[in-house]
Amino acid sequence: MSELLLDIRNLRLSFFTPAGEVKALNDVSLKLEEGDVLGIVGESGSGKSVTAYSIMGLTVHPGRIIGGTIDFNSHNITEMTEADMRMMRGNEVSIIFQDPMTSLNPVYTIGNQIREVIMLHTDKNKAQANERAIELMELVGINEPIKRLKQYPHELSGGMRQRVMIAIALACEPKLLIADEPTTALDVTIQAQILELMIELKNKLGMSIIMITHDLGIVANMCKKIAVMYGGKVVEYGTTEDIFYNPRHEYTKGLLRSIPKLNDKEHKKLIPIEGTPVDMLNPPAGCPFAPRCESCMKICISKMPEYVDVAEGHYSACWLIQKEAFEQGGETNE
Amino acid sequence: MSRLIEVKNLKQYFRAGGSFISPLYVKAVDDVSFYIDKGETLGLVGESGCGKTTTGRTLLRLYEPTSGKIFYDGVDITHVDMMPYRRKMQIVFQDPYASLDPRMTVGDIVGEAIDIHKLAADKKDRKERIYRMLERVGLNSEHANRYPHEFSGGQRQRIGIARALAVDPEFIVCDEPISALDVSIQAQVVNMFENLQQELGLTYLFIAHDLNVVKHISNRIGVMYLGKLVELAESYELTFHNLHPYTKSLISAIPIADPVASREKKRIVLEGDVPSPLNPPSGCRFRTRCSYATELCAQQEPEFREVSPGHHVACHHIDKVN
Repeated sequence: MSELLLDIRNLRLSFFTPAGEVKALNDVSLKLEEGDVLGIVGESGSGKSVTAYSIMGLTVHPGRIIGGTIDFNSHNITEMTEADMRMMRGNEVSIIFQDPMTSLNPVYTIGNQIREVIMLHTDKNKAQANERAIELMELVGINEPIKRLKQYPHELSGGMRQRVMIAIALACEPKLLIADEPTTALDVTIQAQILELMIELKNKLGMSIIMITHDLGIVANMCKKIAVMYGGKVVEYGTTEDIFYNPRHEYTKGLLRSIPKLNDKEHKKLIPIEGTPVDMLNPPAGCPFAPRCESCMKICISKMPEYVDVAEGHYSACWLIQKEAFEQGGETNE
Repeated sequence: MSRLIEVKNLKQYFRAGGSFISPLYVKAVDDVSFYIDKGETLGLVGESGCGKTTTGRTLLRLYEPTSGKIFYDGVDITHVDMMPYRRKMQIVFQDPYASLDPRMTVGDIVGEAIDIHKLAADKKDRKERIYRMLERVGLNSEHANRYPHEFSGGQRQRIGIARALAVDPEFIVCDEPISALDVSIQAQVVNMFENLQQELGLTYLFIAHDLNVVKHISNRIGVMYLGKLVELAESYELTFHNLHPYTKSLISAIPIADPVASREKKRIVLEGDVPSPLNPPSGCRFRTRCSYATELCAQQEPEFREVSPGHHVACHHIDKVN
């Protein structure tokens, strides 16, 4: 068993907007072991990015963590001061964002932006930082690094920019790399290059990765564990095989049914999830998925289900699992 | 089956600077030919900048083609007044947030086309038509008085589809209609496109970069690269017996939503980026990223030829690749 690197327990985070409290995260629990790749999947507004940002301590006003703990590498992030947080960010945990076009500063050269991170976190001088920057550029597979360092972001293609973002994120060899939809803005052939690079670097540097995406194909390919989020809650967590071959939450099942697969030999009609995503301003009292769930029961509407372990390391929050267990004569929480 | 749309040697160049004497052009679509049968769906895939959207828009003459011919139901429409054809040929845009006027009610958005083409006999008829369209796309008549911002992305895309359907078209260009939608909503919209096609006998040109969806919905698929069609075949054939090296790498790059299958799959990872369309490579445009490229590929442009019935491909080295 490897070491536990990240342990999020019952995290609650709300945005206090003029229109009311938006419970962006409503009881999120996650674990990540050293050297693992964890995928967080969910649709827009499900809270996957907010979860990642709270690990980085990047919760912005009007958002506030109102409950739960985040243990990362034996720090409790929820209680850290901003100064400590700054030292940790980029050093022990770093993040790559979705859009490489907007996350680099257009008025500074690539070299300047990579050196900034190195010089902030180590006592290297400019010349040493420059050497390290060249090393990093080579690491992420950029040709002619010396020339590229002098260029500005607009001179690089989307794929190249995302490589630069990865180089910046890896400058201090972090223990954890968070990738927030790193390939959504890229074409599929470039996406394949970037994903391949990330796995290669993970193996070389021995870091862990949290991969946030809405693409089930990417998680199937890259991740060892998957957390499925819906309406600010992790509705199911398990190994990739558990989630794909033995899904226990109705949302996970619906999601897997609704995507067309390229390797299907015949034309099957897709089975969509009916309805619309949750309105986070007025979430349902019970299970967030209840209004769209085909197997919705009375209790689902009024009461939030607890997590139930369905197998070792595979849990899900769905009343149906408890109902099944009850029908088989087992014990339930209700 | 009869051909509804036929495009011959279509070219669409855009001026991109340069001097008066030596102007520079982006060859967005460069000598593309295909046809679409009545009631059929032709899928068009490729990476950003390959010219798939431009092809769709030029086909509707939203851009004036640089050269080439467009036929609709056997009639050459390359230089005619489009007004009567606008009724028959419609488009659904990619971004449901940008393609609906935020200051118009949903009823007026759908009704605008009815007004332009004078399809309604009176106000009552207009209203009924609008309600019928909204119901057809899974919305209801109450929605007609609301504004676009009150709707979710999936619902907005339904409004966009209702607008296209309002004039009873025969042919619709679907320009990435689902890529801005959440995964759980995509299947709803894809199914709606399929149902509408069956009910109304529509013909689609379905443009998308997600090959999973395109393969699901299309009868035939064309693959574009830097303004050229490189392969065109029936969709099963294209997915499982593709011949062009670019199609092969494109398909192998798509992540499969199945852990075991995706681990077993062999990926062909393409090196480098798509070259600039301002200065495309000589000969075969894919040669700079192709592992089979030879001297011949640099000198001579491969012909887009039919290798088996209905299967067209533009490559010099099909035998070597396969």
